[in-house]
Amino acid sequence: MNNLLVMPIVIPFSAAVLGMMFNKYKMARRGISLAGSLALLVVSTLIMLTVQRQGIFALQMGLWKAPFGITFVADHLTAIMVMLTSIIGLIGVVYSFADIDEARESFGYYSLLQVLVGGVCGAFLAGDLFNLYVWFELILISSFSLLILGGEKAQIDGAIKYIAINLVATLMFLCGIVLLYGITGTLNMADLHLKVKDVANTGLLTGIGVLFIMAFGIKSAVFPLYFWLPASYHTPPVIVSAIFSGLLTKVGIYAFMRVFTLIFTQDVAYTHNMLLIIAGFTMVSGVLGAAAHNEIRKILLFHIISQIGYLLMGVALFSPLAMVGSVYFLGHIIIVKTNLLLIGGIIKRNAATLELKLVGGYYKSAPILAIMFFVSAFSLAGFPPLSGFWAKFVLIKSSLIQGSFGIAATALAVGLMTAYSMTKIWGEAFWKPNPQEDDCSKQALSNQERYLMYGPVIGLTIMTVVMGIWAQPFLEMSNYAAQELFNPANYVKAVLGVMP
Amino acid sequence: METVLAILCGILMAASVYLMLSRNLVKFLFGLMLNTSAANLLVFNSGGLTRGNPPFIAADGTPAYANMANSVPQALILTAIVISFALLACALVMAYRAYQDLGTVDTDCMRIAEPVAEHEGPPCRKGKVIA
Repeated sequence: MNNLLVMPIVIPFSAAVLGMMFNKYKMARRGISLAGSLALLVVSTLIMLTVQRQGIFALQMGLWKAPFGITFVADHLTAIMVMLTSIIGLIGVVYSFADIDEARESFGYYSLLQVLVGGVCGAFLAGDLFNLYVWFELILISSFSLLILGGEKAQIDGAIKYIAINLVATLMFLCGIVLLYGITGTLNMADLHLKVKDVANTGLLTGIGVLFIMAFGIKSAVFPLYFWLPASYHTPPVIVSAIFSGLLTKVGIYAFMRVFTLIFTQDVAYTHNMLLIIAGFTMVSGVLGAAAHNEIRKILLFHIISQIGYLLMGVALFSPLAMVGSVYFLGHIIIVKTNLLLIGGIIKRNAATLELKLVGGYYKSAPILAIMFFVSAFSLAGFPPLSGFWAKFVLIKSSLIQGSFGIAATALAVGLMTAYSMTKIWGEAFWKPNPQEDDCSKQALSNQERYLMYGPVIGLTIMTVVMGIWAQPFLEMSNYAAQELFNPANYVKAVLGVMP
Repeated sequence: METVLAILCGILMAASVYLMLSRNLVKFLFGLMLNTSAANLLVFNSGGLTRGNPPFIAADGTPAYANMANSVPQALILTAIVISFALLACALVMAYRAYQDLGTVDTDCMRIAEPVAEHEGPPCRKGKVIA
């Protein structure tokens, strides 16, 4: 049964290899990618059910006992993240059928996408730090390839900045890992949780923790390390931006959640306070950046940054309730943010631009799209009864309980600013009459494309509504994840086989 | 011996940061290369350096030497070298392509993805290399 854990890696990679082999045939490469994504969704559901039934479970590669071999672990957090990854992967593949041109497809777009999904799943499942580093590198190289696929000048320009800063981040991560290894003599996260308690010089550990904050901070685009994101994410096709926003920065946040509950908890007053300050600044700078822009995709990309602030806030408050909020927020933001970018993609297909002053009239010409945008945008801003409301409610409640009034006020103000940006898009793109009225009909979607693009959008919108109205089971699942993170004894037992 | 290597590692890291702060993309890449070397040296150094005591244990499980060499960093460094080699190769090709397409290696002049008004940006002309 534990072998199930290797399937989220095997399936996407097999789909990638098979897709490359049959790359000549359009239906074959599409079919293989779709089949792979569906299979991954089934496997991730099975992992989720197994975790709910029997708790945390681990797989030791080649039966090398932990902490000596490579370990894959699934707890609630991992199961939730793998599930979300498979959903975004499937939606990405379906939407790409309509959005990706023939040239990109024939250069192996679907294979790269599958490698990215496999790498992200690997990062969520990895049980030791060095393995996590390897998955980070894999994610970096596959996302980088997706970013430049097509070779437009803007893409090359953005990709230079993306790869330069992210390479520095992985090198910092590597330095942090080996310094930690030098002190404790282990790389397995469960083993590290036990070993760091014996380290006499906790200042050294905190220093290494800051190195990790830098590395994960660049990966998850926090203030003041986020400048690579608005420089590069808007250059590839919209679906690629949407997949990146759903998966990449969230891996960094996942790493924060894992490492800063399991390993670096010696000096919470220092490390987690630093994270809290970073979180506040991230929220504010992201939302102000969004307010300054007038292009739909750029506005949404700056909102990725501001939402990362909320996610980090849950980690930084370092209490089970805040972590519940953060995990729920992860699910909410992956779904909603991807959905908003997909809606942007439909607009771009129709109007050939995303500049707010050049688009308009979609409330009249595409009422279904308008409703989908309305629901997602107000979910992002945190209006009840949508999923964003519960996510922010739990986070702000926990910050008030802990007396962190500053961050609570920031979070509320940023929520208001988010609503401002969303109403800006709504007013310009949906309510305003179309400034290029006669062009609109020229680029109407074919019926098939309409299904392929609207299907994912409607699916994701339904998910955010369900997560909002029927929030209890999702919050309960987040609660399990948070309890596991704050009581690592079960995690350690599942990996090492002994109670600490 | 560890101390000497640690100092060397620090010097390499400092030099790499200096190079990476340059606006010139080529200098940045050289900095990145030095940085990977420094990181790899750190991996090598992290397990401690032991001379002449190979990491073998006898059949009954007792170590053959009192102060045995640590073999894990060797495995780690091999992985790290291969990965950094691949990514550096990728970055080099990328930089060359950028030079071909954008006509400059000055990162301040690469403004296609984020255009600025003529008077706001730095004075850039095609093919100009900042020393």
